[in-house]
Amino acid sequence: MNAVNRVAITGAGIVSPIGHTTTDYCTALKKGQTGIGPITIPYAEELYQKVAAEVRDFDPAQHFDTRQLAMMDRVSHFAVVAAREAIAQAGIDFANGLSERTATIIGTGVGGQTTHDDQFRRLYKQGMPRTHPLTIPRLMVNAPASQISMDRGLRGPAFAVASACASATHAMGVAFHMVRSGAVACAVTGGTEACISVGTIKAWEAMRVMAPDTPRPFSKDRKGMVIGEGAAVIVLEPLEAAQARGATILAEIVGFGMSADAKDITSPDHNGMVRAIEGALTDAKLGAGDIQYINAHGTGTTANDVAETKAIRQVFREHADKLAVSSTKSMVGHALGASGALEFVAALMAVRDQIVPPTIGYLGPDPACDLDYVPNEARKMPVDVALSNSFAFGGLNAVLAVKRFG
Amino acid sequence: MSDVAAETLAIIAKHTKDKKVELTDKLADLGVESLDVIEMVMELEEKFDIHIPFNANDTEMKDFQTAGDIVTAIEKLVAAKT
Repeated sequence: MNAVNRVAITGAGIVSPIGHTTTDYCTALKKGQTGIGPITIPYAEELYQKVAAEVRDFDPAQHFDTRQLAMMDRVSHFAVVAAREAIAQAGIDFANGLSERTATIIGTGVGGQTTHDDQFRRLYKQGMPRTHPLTIPRLMVNAPASQISMDRGLRGPAFAVASACASATHAMGVAFHMVRSGAVACAVTGGTEACISVGTIKAWEAMRVMAPDTPRPFSKDRKGMVIGEGAAVIVLEPLEAAQARGATILAEIVGFGMSADAKDITSPDHNGMVRAIEGALTDAKLGAGDIQYINAHGTGTTANDVAETKAIRQVFREHADKLAVSSTKSMVGHALGASGALEFVAALMAVRDQIVPPTIGYLGPDPACDLDYVPNEARKMPVDVALSNSFAFGGLNAVLAVKRFG
Repeated sequence: MSDVAAETLAIIAKHTKDKKVELTDKLADLGVESLDVIEMVMELEEKFDIHIPFNANDTEMKDFQTAGDIVTAIEKLVAAKT
């Protein structure tokens, strides 16, 4: 248990509004494609908000048998499909005891919202006296982690991590530390969310923070966030073990930092962000000058984008002007508990392919947001280390550092 | 002052820690914070059965600076119902 392993990423899987595989997702990120469009869920006419970043043309029946379909909410469909892709890419065999030493740690902010909404609509709107008998196993927040562990036969530590919009980043960070310390020999980790339901969108409407058209992170005239959904899952293992079995190393995770603002339930505090970013750099034994790219939390709200810019300036000082900082929420929306995982894969792409994804929908500078946000077009540039920022409601902050391998 | 104006001012006053509200008062000066504003907007919507297209991120949203701005906006929305 005293081992200190370097931690390799050997697989990545994605279900997103701009692609149902990692390859399609990365291609769309490089093209600057938007996944935002009209909300198509049942009863969408009850909503004032007309757009979201839905995962479209996703047919769970292509992936699951009748029994599995009955057991799972959309949030688990996404998670299991992403996990299967990640594990297939890693090409890892969990036999001979590895299964018992593999962790499954999945972040989700709100769990099975489609189930919640459908079943509670029956009760309160349709006046029916009962819910479906599988309501609880579908909606519980740990269902995605459980379904992945069952689907792939992973018998080590398995649990959900919930920290709103930082859930996936916290989950991957904990998994990273467990693999680094030798507590587990492998981890399947990431985040999932399927939060586009009438009730959930109504609740976001009431907060008055959603843009009517598209999120424009860090841009002048930005009008807020747009809700997204999806899942991203990665496979982590000790670098030596991955090399020994001849696996392709996509990149290394080198640092993880976290903090709590202890201040306000919704308003972000840049001091908390600073401590999480500095924590990730310290954990990675890196200096500010070692970072080239930051995948920002970048929600597109007035408050987040100003605070995040201020935090980046405070940590990186004069190096801040050399950083590329972009928000892929401009393309995939804000997938809450999954967002950190979707964005981590964007950062992983940046170090692997040496291409930084853009912030699309950018109209021009806001005086309070004065960094290089890679406006509207992806950029080919050398990236050795990238950060992925997640700053959640509740003042919970998490930052991962990913390093190019080879 | 119309009934709508009086009732609107009463709802605003609930969020001002008992300060008396004048039409020219700015919300920020009355100590109304962002979460108070969205609660207030919801109360006004429920009271008058209207939808207020308020976006907390819209810096051009000048309609909600003073108590008088809000009264005017609510009166328009209530009038538009009939």
